[in-house]
Amino acid sequence: MKRVYSFGSIVCLLILLLSGNAFADSILCASTTSTENSGLFGHILPIFEKDTGIEVKLVARGTGAALEMGRRGDADVVFVHAKEQELEAVADGFFVDRHDVMYNDFVIIGSPDDPASIKGLTSAVDAFKKIADYQTVFVSRGDQSGTHTKELAIWKRTAIDPAGQKWYLEVGQGMEKTQRIGNEKRAYVLTDRGTWLATKDQLEMEILMEGDPVLFNQYGIMAVNPEKHSHVKYEQAMTFIKWMISDTGQTAIDGFRDKLGNSLFIPNAK
Amino acid sequence: MAFILESFHSALILIVRLDAELLNIMLLSLKVSGSALISATIVGLPMAALLALTSMPLKGFFLNLMNTCMGLPPVVVGLFIYLMLSRSGPLGFMGLLYTSTAMITAQFVLALPIIVALCHSAIVSVDPVIRQAALTLGATRSQASLTVIAEARYGIISAIIAGFGRLMAEVGAILIVGGNIAGYTRVMTTTIALEADKGNFELALALGIILLGMALLINSLLLIFQRRAIVRK
Repeated sequence: MKRVYSFGSIVCLLILLLSGNAFADSILCASTTSTENSGLFGHILPIFEKDTGIEVKLVARGTGAALEMGRRGDADVVFVHAKEQELEAVADGFFVDRHDVMYNDFVIIGSPDDPASIKGLTSAVDAFKKIADYQTVFVSRGDQSGTHTKELAIWKRTAIDPAGQKWYLEVGQGMEKTQRIGNEKRAYVLTDRGTWLATKDQLEMEILMEGDPVLFNQYGIMAVNPEKHSHVKYEQAMTFIKWMISDTGQTAIDGFRDKLGNSLFIPNAK
Repeated sequence: MAFILESFHSALILIVRLDAELLNIMLLSLKVSGSALISATIVGLPMAALLALTSMPLKGFFLNLMNTCMGLPPVVVGLFIYLMLSRSGPLGFMGLLYTSTAMITAQFVLALPIIVALCHSAIVSVDPVIRQAALTLGATRSQASLTVIAEARYGIISAIIAGFGRLMAEVGAILIVGGNIAGYTRVMTTTIALEADKGNFELALALGIILLGMALLINSLLLIFQRRAIVRK
């Protein structure tokens, strides 16, 4: 009998633990790994929560997955970086009120000995062509993320189809891991400057190509269309969006520094 | 190999400091895996007994299914539960996605086949003489069955320990249905995955050591139960 009691007390304890979640005014934001892993959200969300009393729950995925979460109605607001896809999804009626928020840029990194000699080139398209010509290993995210989308757009302009080539590795992982694999393979990687700056001290790589306007990386925010999904918290989502593009929000983004003191994102809401 | 020592060191520091955030994460891990395990046992043990002690149609097929499902990839289970609970899915109206309830549901699905299959084999390996003796001594059929199940308790606890191990170590399913939301659905394994993603390998390993310590503690408790089970035999 004693055993039954102790089992029962464990069950009761678990039920108590289960009932813990207090109700709070909160929204769910689907965003990308770069915004969470860099620490940006850890910096700005507490400020927003203090200003408005709305709590933002963040689910960090690749841009493709974050957009899909929004389309399915599993998030209230989406904050990603693939402007063309975003505008397309708005046109399809899944999202409303899209705004530019901030930007940073993509860079091509690789081992310092630069086997395909892309250093000094001013066009990312030319750099990709050279990498393909020399058949040096290129590590791709391969996960429909914003970075992957950008990479594919550049490949498209080179008129080279890298898929299936033995020097082209699609790893299907986040930016950090992709960089790390590139580091081990002495390969080239297209990465965002934020992730690069946050982790470069762990990598034997350097920036070999930067500054091409094609490598511009715009982040945008938009609300899930309440006409598609009536349960979404559109009003709170709009409070968040308006705050992000307000002077207060833009100043908060501008003030963010990563753990090494780098400024990673430049606010540019209109 | 200095990194192992370093990680043990950081694990110790983390435990000594035990800030509210880490404590929350540890408790949530226990809550999710514990609730899933207990509900899987409550559902799975009677199923196992039914399979072991009665003759029913499709029994062999069902057992084979349960044994196969012990190897279900957590990502597949996570994806399935995600699609069920998604706002665009059949159960979307419940609003359960990205909550601990969704995580418990996914882990329940992962634990159930283990509990059923291993409890079943524990119950069938009980000496048939015991059942016959109980019946001869005037027990009803259901009383005799309970005697057999009680006799199998050693193996049943082993099944629970195996289920617990799978759940505490699991990350694929709960990451998909829980979303790893800080303060809400972030548990030990998803924190470890996140820190590893961020490149904080030492912290990730330190958290792994703490997770192992938690599992060790719980398993010790279960083993004490198990040992008592032998003594009473």
